[in-house]
Formats: sequence, structure tokens, C-alpha cells
Amino acid sequence: MTGADLFIVMIAMVGGAIRVSTPFMFVALGECLTEKSGRINLGHEGNLVLGAMVAYAGSYTTGSPWLGVLMAGCAGLVLGAMHGWICKLPRVNDIAVGIAFMSFGTGLAFFFGKPYIQPSAPRLEAIPLGDWTGNSSVAQALQVNPLFFVGIALAVFLWWAFRNMRWGLILRMTGDSAASAKAMGVSVDLVRLLATAAGGFLAGVGGAFLSLFYPGSWNEGLSSGQGLMAVALVIFARWDPVRCVFAALLFGAAGAIGPSLQSIGISQGYYFFNAAPYILTLFIMIASARSKGAAREAPGELSIVK
Amino acid sequence: MTSILSRRSLLKAGAAGLAASALPLGLARAQTPIVLGAVYVGPRDDFGWNQAHAVAMDILKQVPGVTVIEEEKVPETDAVAQSMESMINLDGANLVLATSFGYYNPFVVETAKKYPNVEFRHAAPLWNEATDPKNAGSYFCYLNQAHYVNGVAAGLSTTSNKIGFVAAKPIPSVLSNINSVLLGAKSVNPEATVQVIFTGEWSMPVREAEAANALIDAGCDVITCHVDGPKVVIETAETRGVKSCGHNASQAPLAPKGFITGAEYKWETIYKIYADALAAGQPLPNFIAGGYHNDMLRNSDFGAGASPEGVKAAEAAIEGLKAGKPIYVGPLKDNAGNVVIESSMDNYAPVLDGMNYLLEGVQGSIT
Amino acid sequence: MTAVVSPPAMRSFSLGPKSARVVEALVIPIGALVASALLFSVFLIALGKSPATFFSLIWTGGFGSSFSIQNTLQRSAPLILTGLAFAIPARIGLTLIGAEGALVLGGFTAAAVAIPLVTGGIAPFLTLPIMALSAMLVGATWIGFAGWLRHYRGVNETISSLLLSYIAVAIMNFFVEGLLRDPASANKPSTMPIGDAYRVGSMPGTSVHWGLAAGLLLAVVLWILMTRTTFGFAARMTGGNVRAAKAQGLPVGFLVVACCAIAGACAGLAGFYEVAAVHGQANASLVAGYGFTGILVAFLARQNPLSVVPVAIMFGALAASGGLIQRRMGMPDATVLVLQGIIFVVLLVSETFYGRIPFLQAKTTGDRT
Repeated sequence: MTGADLFIVMIAMVGGAIRVSTPFMFVALGECLTEKSGRINLGHEGNLVLGAMVAYAGSYTTGSPWLGVLMAGCAGLVLGAMHGWICKLPRVNDIAVGIAFMSFGTGLAFFFGKPYIQPSAPRLEAIPLGDWTGNSSVAQALQVNPLFFVGIALAVFLWWAFRNMRWGLILRMTGDSAASAKAMGVSVDLVRLLATAAGGFLAGVGGAFLSLFYPGSWNEGLSSGQGLMAVALVIFARWDPVRCVFAALLFGAAGAIGPSLQSIGISQGYYFFNAAPYILTLFIMIASARSKGAAREAPGELSIVK
Repeated sequence: MTSILSRRSLLKAGAAGLAASALPLGLARAQTPIVLGAVYVGPRDDFGWNQAHAVAMDILKQVPGVTVIEEEKVPETDAVAQSMESMINLDGANLVLATSFGYYNPFVVETAKKYPNVEFRHAAPLWNEATDPKNAGSYFCYLNQAHYVNGVAAGLSTTSNKIGFVAAKPIPSVLSNINSVLLGAKSVNPEATVQVIFTGEWSMPVREAEAANALIDAGCDVITCHVDGPKVVIETAETRGVKSCGHNASQAPLAPKGFITGAEYKWETIYKIYADALAAGQPLPNFIAGGYHNDMLRNSDFGAGASPEGVKAAEAAIEGLKAGKPIYVGPLKDNAGNVVIESSMDNYAPVLDGMNYLLEGVQGSIT
Repeated sequence: MTAVVSPPAMRSFSLGPKSARVVEALVIPIGALVASALLFSVFLIALGKSPATFFSLIWTGGFGSSFSIQNTLQRSAPLILTGLAFAIPARIGLTLIGAEGALVLGGFTAAAVAIPLVTGGIAPFLTLPIMALSAMLVGATWIGFAGWLRHYRGVNETISSLLLSYIAVAIMNFFVEGLLRDPASANKPSTMPIGDAYRVGSMPGTSVHWGLAAGLLLAVVLWILMTRTTFGFAARMTGGNVRAAKAQGLPVGFLVVACCAIAGACAGLAGFYEVAAVHGQANASLVAGYGFTGILVAFLARQNPLSVVPVAIMFGALAASGGLIQRRMGMPDATVLVLQGIIFVVLLVSETFYGRIPFLQAKTTGDRT
């Protein structure tokens, strides 16, 4: 591998991190919010796919992609709120309901999405941050969608709010110990309902990014499990919004390894290069899981880590 | 050698069937009502392989006496055997068209043995006269001819002389399309090369977009592909301001600025042969294969990306293919330097069905 | 039940704790199914389609004839095994969503070990058990590894099993399209076909393959294991409270890995039947989503190995009739997905009614919460 080749792969990874990470980021942040409240919603794959469909349909019918994003968020919000409401019933398992919503959300998206596969809807515009370099591939890698920055800003805000804002503290308390939250007069069910609904909104926006920016198209094969993977990334990121961003960036960058290595002529074993995000994530988890922090950072009420 | 002979005679049989079917379709009247069951592996509107079949099926629905029943998103597992049997047992299907490659063995073969009175036709050149049931059969269009035309048009529309190809898997039908793009481009532009990236999956939109971006970053200014739904690849090329060639169905509306042309199937030609034969009470041909010479392919209308010289050369190439002009003119070397084709090959030579190399001029590797 | 019931008769009618639980376990799911049918009817009417046609087609396609029943059972066979693969670790408190990977890798292993045995002319009655055992062993190792990581390295098993699934598919693809590719499988890279003589046939008098029988047998065996043995008791106790189990001196690590290994073996066996009974070779078609559907099967069966069977059959019937609905009603494939989603959600909501419907409660036990 020459220096020029290395440069191509590095640029592709930077570009990949920016392009591919955003849906992971939004779903992971949404799920982080939900899980901090002590509830887990595994159904974000459904929110993501439904969001993608609604965003595309919305952008096509209204002509405004940003309106599409908002509609996608609202679709996710509705699914999330339903999940939150159902899970407050006693003896109902939140993981199972999440998986059921995965099926329900994708089913709705495929069912109502049929008429929107053929038409071309207006996409979201990117901000060209790299044009000054005069290098077209660098310029392309730095074609950044505003949602990317929204996601990062949101992560920092959430990180700060969990520590410093009243609702952030209430949310974390609810997630760590429902009993003490109740003792403080907090309605645990309401907090979790709001957290799940908000999480659903963010997952819907993540779907909008898929259909309206990158890859920027609506069809039934659009998501290859990004929603499910993003939920797993929250555990990987140990419930820290800022670490969620890093996890999403890492995942996006690793996903660019396979295609870019082929573009410089390295294609032996491309199945493993294409599986790089999964292998890398597993490796990092095994290497870091024993740290004492892991157990301490998990919300105490979370069924999946009990 | 015998296999070549039998293949040639089969091809002739197909052509004879075609001639017999020259009577206008509207005149066809089925003696026994035909219930045609069509099975698709993906959604019928995928802008690709399944859509090409479904569009042709819509034409058959117009034929009096023919009822078309369709099932989409049937995976290549025993689900397809169950679906075909369900069509036969519950809907009375007497002709089943199984449109995905992986349906054939063992599912179509075994179901055909179980239901000898039902005709099965499968969309890949896999039927073997010696071993497979007589009520099964194959039909196939050699799309690489239309990809060759893509290559000709692209070769005269590129300025960087680099054509990018996003491919799903390194299997013969895909490799043949890649090599044909190269040969088409080289026939008009000796400087042209093709660079290929394999995604490893038939449908994986994010990776397809990544692959298209990687190719464009590597200097390709025309992008084409062989994946199930080419929508994402074509749209990525269009947003990045490079030209594109389509695959399977027409993607012209997706790329108003950069679309050159696209390789498309004309399955309706074959489906009309079946419908007419059934209507006339004649046996269905077991093996139909074709390409430009028997009206089984087309190229999408030229778009804004095609240069005038490219259009002219492509039209000439189509005429050449119709007249039987060979694509693979030897000697040809693979991209490791071994001679893989000694002399000119007929466009339907069976040995090409087993292609396992990329020709010299293609950057990429199949391992 | 009339209003005029004398007090002694009333007492004799009230259910004992055991029969109350049985009646409840029947009435609630059936009620939930009816409720989801009603909900879905609203959906259909809003679309201008007839619910009556729809549900009669579900019946025709799923159970209406001997063909339909066999179609349903055949489709449910892999789901019983993958349902068990989720249910067993769930009893010990683990959420493992990686059965898909174990199935794929198990099926691949079965096809790979078959190559030397078949070419060496070893008899089918020896070859098939070896294939099945190696499939189970590899599946058990794969999921057992996730359990080991969980217990001994503290790696969350949900995410590790999901990642391992993707890696399993990559491994299978790598070999199927490389080293172990049968040159004859030109356009659909596959391992060498095991040949008709080595195929597991159908059960006598049916067209349903033996995977169904294996699933039924395992469901019973695992039910006995989990409810009637010390192992099962210890596992369930660990699932209830790990700290208490450790305090009792239970071998928690062993229990965790063993439950995961059992799960992996079930999924690996499903992979074996996919190869030996369905495909006759290993290829990308093994990745059919059975592992993921199994998660829902297990949840709806409330992790009970015996209940996995009827739930898997219900899934099989929906899949079997889905095609008929596409064909007869011209509705897209996603219709059944929507119906499935509604059924799942309503069935899960119905969980909340256990122990809370007054007339189904035993008089003696007021403390079932």
C-alpha cells in the first residue's frame, strides 16, 4: 500500500464516518434517552424504516425535505409513545414489545411505502465544507449534512443535561431506581413514556437521513439492520451520549473500509472487510468490558443488564 | 462438444418457437384457461430485476384466457417450493414462472417432479435435458449484450476513460456483464478501463452508495452496476455529477443530467411465446435463450449523459449484435495475464456461462 | 353461567389454582387473537378490503386442507428450533438475539463435513448423524461463546450475539464463495451438494421434513429439563436473581454457558435440517431470518418450551397464507407483516391480564402477582 493509497482509504473512512454515521447517531441518542429512563426499546429498526418512508413520502408530496424530516420524527414519536404506553402496563416485557414494534413499523412502512418507490423526492442539501481544498474526493468527503451537526450538538446537550438540568436528573433517577423516583413524587410511567416517545422521534429522524440524504432513496431494502445495530451501540457506548457519537463514527468509518480497500485493489477476503464494523465492535467490547466503569454506568432499572 | 451442439439446437428451437408466435397476441384464445403463477424474490417495484419481470407480466395479463397470479418477496428457501405448490393446489396454476436464480435447484426441479401436469419455467439457463424433468424448463436473456452497448456508449461519453462498476457478487453472469462493458468501451475507445467493487450482497443500499462514491473518488466518471435494485447507485452518481448507465429496468428518470443508457430485459417476448403456445395447445419450449438477435433485450432511451458519437456508435453496436457480431473476440487475456479466450466466441457459447475471470483492463479481483 | 347460582354451587364452580392457570392460559391468548383480528379488520375496512375474505383466506392457506396444514407445519419447523434457542437462555435471564448466526454456521458446518464423508462413500446413516452433531456442536460453541463472554468477561450478551451473527454470515460467505465453492454452482455459489441419497426425507405420509419431529422432541425434552430437573430449577433461580443463586453456591457460570450452548445447539440443528432436508448444500439462502423470527416466537410463548410449538405453528400458518392473500386479494407482501405486528403487540399487551381477570381467578390464591 503506497502513501497515495493510504490517503484514499483514510479519506474514504473520514467520508464514511460522516456519511454513514448520522442514522446510527440519531437512533443511538434516542435509545440512550430511553434507556436512561430505565426502559429499553429494541423496536427502533421499525421507527427507522417507517421514518425513512414517511420522510420520503412527505418530501415528495410537500416538496420540502425538511418537512419530510419533521414528519418522520412525528411518525417515530407515535410509535415510541405507543411503546411507552404499552410498557407501563404491569407484566408487559419491554424487550418483547420492542421486537413486535420492529415488525409492526417495517410492515406499515412497506405497506404504505409502495407508491413512493418509483418517484424521486427532493433530497436534503449538504453543506460543502471541503471545497476550499480543491481536491474533489476531499471535497466530497466533507459534504456534510446539517443533521450531522445537529446530532453532535444534541449529544453534547444531552450529556450536559443529564448532569445539570432538572429533567435530566429526574430521568436518570427514574432509570436508576424507580422506587426512589416515586418517593420524590415523580411519575415513573410518565417520565418513561416521554423518554420513549422522544427517543422514537430521534429514531424517525435517523430514518429520514437514510431516505433523504444518504444513500438518499426509498426502497424496501434501505435499512440493513441499522436500527437494531444502533440500539446495540448504546450498550457499547455505555449510556453516554457523547460516546454514542464516537461509536457511530467508528461504525461508519469501519463500514467504509471494505469498499475503499477494493478501490485501491485490495479485495482478498472482502467479506471480512465488509464485516469490519461488527468485528471491530466485538473486539473493542471484549477488550474494554471488564473495566469497572461498565457496571456502574448502566441504568439500574434496565431489564437487559440486570 | 455435445453440450454445445445441444445448446445450439435448443437455441434454434427457441427461435422457431418465436417464429411460430408471430401471430398477434390479441388473436390468441386459450382452449383451457391458463392460470400463470409468477414468483418473485423481491418487491415487484424494485427498479430492477423483479420490476423487469413484473412489467412483462402486466402485458400477459391483457391476454384473454390468461389469469396471472403473483407472489413477491418469496425467499430462495423451501418457502418458494411451498408457494409454488400453494399456487397449484389452491389456485389451480398450470404454468409457474419462477423468476429468481436460486429457485431452480432443488425447488423448481423437485416441485416439477411432484406435479408432472404443471409446466415450470425458470429464468436462468439451468435446465438440463438429460437430468431434469420435461415439464420444467429455462428461459434467459443474455443481458451482457446490452451491457456491451452500455460500454460502447460509455466509452465515447467518458473523459477520464475510467468506468466504475458496482457489482454484487463475483459470479459468471455478473462477470460477463463487467467484461462486456469493458469490451464495448474498448471497441470504440482503446484507452478505456473498468474498475469494479463487489458489495457481496444483492441488496445493500448503504454499501452500494459507499462503493459508488469510492469509484468516483478513484476517478471514474461513468458509473454502472449489477445489483438487484440499481436505484441507489444511479442516484449517487447523479448527485456527484458523474454519468451513469442502468441495469435491469430503465433508471432514466432517476438521472436526468447524467444518464447515458441502460441494459434492459424484454421478458415479454418470452412470456408471449409461452402464452401463445398454451393458447394454441402446443407444448412449451423447454429452453429459450436469447439476446438482441431475437428481440429479447433493449437499451434504455439515451439520456443527456450520452455524447452524440456515443449514441451513434451504440446504435451501430446494436445492429451488429442483431446480426450476430461477436462480443468476445480473441485472443483475450484476463487481468492476471493468462489467455482465457483463444478465438472469437459466439455470443451464446456455453463456455461463457461459466466465466470466472475479469479481462485485462478491468481493475478488481474476484477472490 | 346464569345469574341464579346458589352459593354452594358457586363454590364448586370456582377454579383450583392449577386449573385456573390453565384456563387463563387459554382464554387470554385466544381473546388477544380475537382482539387483534378486530383491530386488523378496522385496518382492512379503512383500505376498502373485506375482512371476511381476508380471514377465510388465512384459514384456507394455513389450515384449510391437508396440503395447507403440511405447508404450515413445514414452515414452522425451523421456527420451533430457533424459538427454543431464544427461550432457553431467556429462562436464565439472558437476551440472546444471535440464533441466526448459529443456524447459518451450523448449516454451513453440516454441509462442509459432509463433503469428505460423501465423497468418501460413507453411508448416509453414519454421515447424517455426524453432520447433525457437528452442526449442533458448532452452534453450541458459537452461542456458548457469547454466554462465556457474558459471564467471564462481562460483555453484554445481546450485542455480542448480534455481532457474532453478522460475523457468522461473513464466515459462511467467505468459504462458500471461496475455498469450499462447488465449481458447478456457477451463479449461486454453494458448497458441494450432498446428493439425494444423503438428503433427509419427509416424514412418512407427509411432505413435511423431519426437522419438525426434531423440534417437537426437543421442545418436550427441554421442557422437562427446565421444569422437572435440578438443572432447570437452578437455571431458573439464576434467572430470577443472580446474586441469590451465587449465594446459594450454584455454579452460575456453568449454568449460563450451558443454557447458551443448548440454545446454540438448537439453532445449529435447525441449520442442519435446512441443509440436509431443504437445500442439500450450504449457500447464502441459509440467511433467511428464522433466527430473528424465533425471538418473537419465544416471547409469545412466554419462554415456555412447550408453548413454542403452537406459536411457531401460528407463524407458519401466517407465512403459508401470506402468499394466498397476495394472489387473491392483490395486497402486498407487507400486509402479513402488519397483521403480525398487530398480533404481537396485542398478545404482549394481553400479558398484563394474567392474574387480573376476576372470574378466572382461583378463590384460594389471591396473591398471584
